[in-house]
Amino acid sequence: MAEQDWKTSKRTFAAVSLPTLFWLIAFFLIPMFIVWQYSLGEKVGETGFDFSGTLDNYKRATEWLYLTIFGKSFAVAALVTLICLIVGFPVAMAITFASEKWRPWLLLGIMLPFWTNLLIRTYALMMLLGTQGFANKGLGALWEGTSWLKTLVGLQPLPTWEPVQLLFNNFAVVFGLVYVHLPFMVLPLYAALDRLDRSLIEASLDLGAGHFRTIMRIVVPLAAPGIIAGVMITLIPALGAYLTPDLMGGTDSQMIANVIERQFKKANDWPFGAALSFLLIYAMFILIAIQSMRKKVPEVR
Amino acid sequence: MALFARTPVAPLEYSRTLWMRLWVGAVMVFLYAPLVVLMIFSFNDSKRNVVWRGFTTKYYEKALGNDQLVEALINSLTIAAFATLASLVLGTLAAVMLWRFRFPWKGAIDGTISLPIIVPEICLGVAFLMFFAAVGWPTDLVWPFNLGAITIAHITFCFPFVTMVVRSRLASFNREQEEAAKDLGASEAQVFRDVLVPHIKPALVAGALLAFTLSLDDFVITYFTSGPDTITFPVKVYSMVRFSVTPEVNAASTLLIILTVILTFIALKAQGVKAIAETH
Repeated sequence: MAEQDWKTSKRTFAAVSLPTLFWLIAFFLIPMFIVWQYSLGEKVGETGFDFSGTLDNYKRATEWLYLTIFGKSFAVAALVTLICLIVGFPVAMAITFASEKWRPWLLLGIMLPFWTNLLIRTYALMMLLGTQGFANKGLGALWEGTSWLKTLVGLQPLPTWEPVQLLFNNFAVVFGLVYVHLPFMVLPLYAALDRLDRSLIEASLDLGAGHFRTIMRIVVPLAAPGIIAGVMITLIPALGAYLTPDLMGGTDSQMIANVIERQFKKANDWPFGAALSFLLIYAMFILIAIQSMRKKVPEVR
Repeated sequence: MALFARTPVAPLEYSRTLWMRLWVGAVMVFLYAPLVVLMIFSFNDSKRNVVWRGFTTKYYEKALGNDQLVEALINSLTIAAFATLASLVLGTLAAVMLWRFRFPWKGAIDGTISLPIIVPEICLGVAFLMFFAAVGWPTDLVWPFNLGAITIAHITFCFPFVTMVVRSRLASFNREQEEAAKDLGASEAQVFRDVLVPHIKPALVAGALLAFTLSLDDFVITYFTSGPDTITFPVKVYSMVRFSVTPEVNAASTLLIILTVILTFIALKAQGVKAIAETH
């Protein structure tokens, strides 16, 4: 049945629309507008602000330092998304084709970390990756083992194990972001794979294609919308990630969100921070525009 | 493979092949090992989180005796409760509006409602910091009114999720039921209460739990909107992690993980795993 025209029952429409519209305008659009306004103004003294319509803040954002941070944030987010896709795709496949008995439990296994507090998960990972954490101890044991094996066959033993720095560097940021965002990727992938017509996969296998070829030529193209959704759901929060680079990164692993935060706390340069925020929002819009363009392609064909 | 498979593996039973099982097993270990270690070490009788020195519950006593931490947890739960309630109302109204009516600017309004989900948390946090500074939001109110600013910020990013969940549930509603109720003399409000709400009830439960966990989980937006008197649990844990890593943080985290697990199981009881997976 068609949607009802709002004029046919104005009172009901007003009852359902006014609270929503009020909230959106008062507590979302106006705050965003204030940020936008600040991004076009300049700081006067310590706390003052003058709306002058200048583009200086955006010009400053194109300085080499900030360009590299933007570039680096994109690179890290893209790498994280790629790793999540490679790690998550087989998991989503396994959940889709699991038996009725196992599927809910596997799903629950992916969802529980998703519901767990982000800060707690980051902290848990930090404990594990510390110089005296279990990851280092495990690697140390492996090293000792290899050394012992080498002496067994008469070779020189390896030099003594030095704990590696697994925390407070770029590796830790990528590792942490993958850890945090993996469930984001698996759930949309599963939703897409679950809707797949299995007879098509069977047909492909019957006609002699191998499993790998079937996955690449049949499953991936059919699940493309889900894959793109998963990529977006992982890429966007990874690009704007604040907590993981802040807690797990080193001095050189600052991402764009950390630079924005600094403008509002330590550096106290609100207009510049506002301009950086809006650049990040524009980047999101571009990503979403690319996604919706890709969506329309199959319809044209 | 023969160890596991009693019947031959069918072509589509990917989850029964050995390498798939190893892969899924490894991913589960990756996801859970840090959390399990964290929980185990909350019982460790040592100031540092490295070597196991025997079982103790003293860090739980310490965490629960830490007034600031307990206050932060109470603040977080209060904010989450209010934000959930308001998000539920706003989100449902927005979903009904988008589902039922045709009106000018519909596409733009629809897009704007989902914007708070897409806009990065840091930008939203910054926006609220500037907004509350610009309107001169009072910071010296008594509890729980001093949590108002944070609650408002949380409602803004929680209610679009409720809208999303309720809207997908509304898609399966048969509008003839509504017509029938009206023919039988029900008013708009009665139709809403007695026909529509019972139909979307599972979505309301799922949406409420989603909003509650999102609010409880949020660090970045709260970090920008909270003042010295309005510390929430994640903000408190953040400052504890920054200064020192103690088993007290582990104990507090373990309690919150347990709360999350309980909430998840309530959601499962209400909805079933599959329905919840689809809401994401």
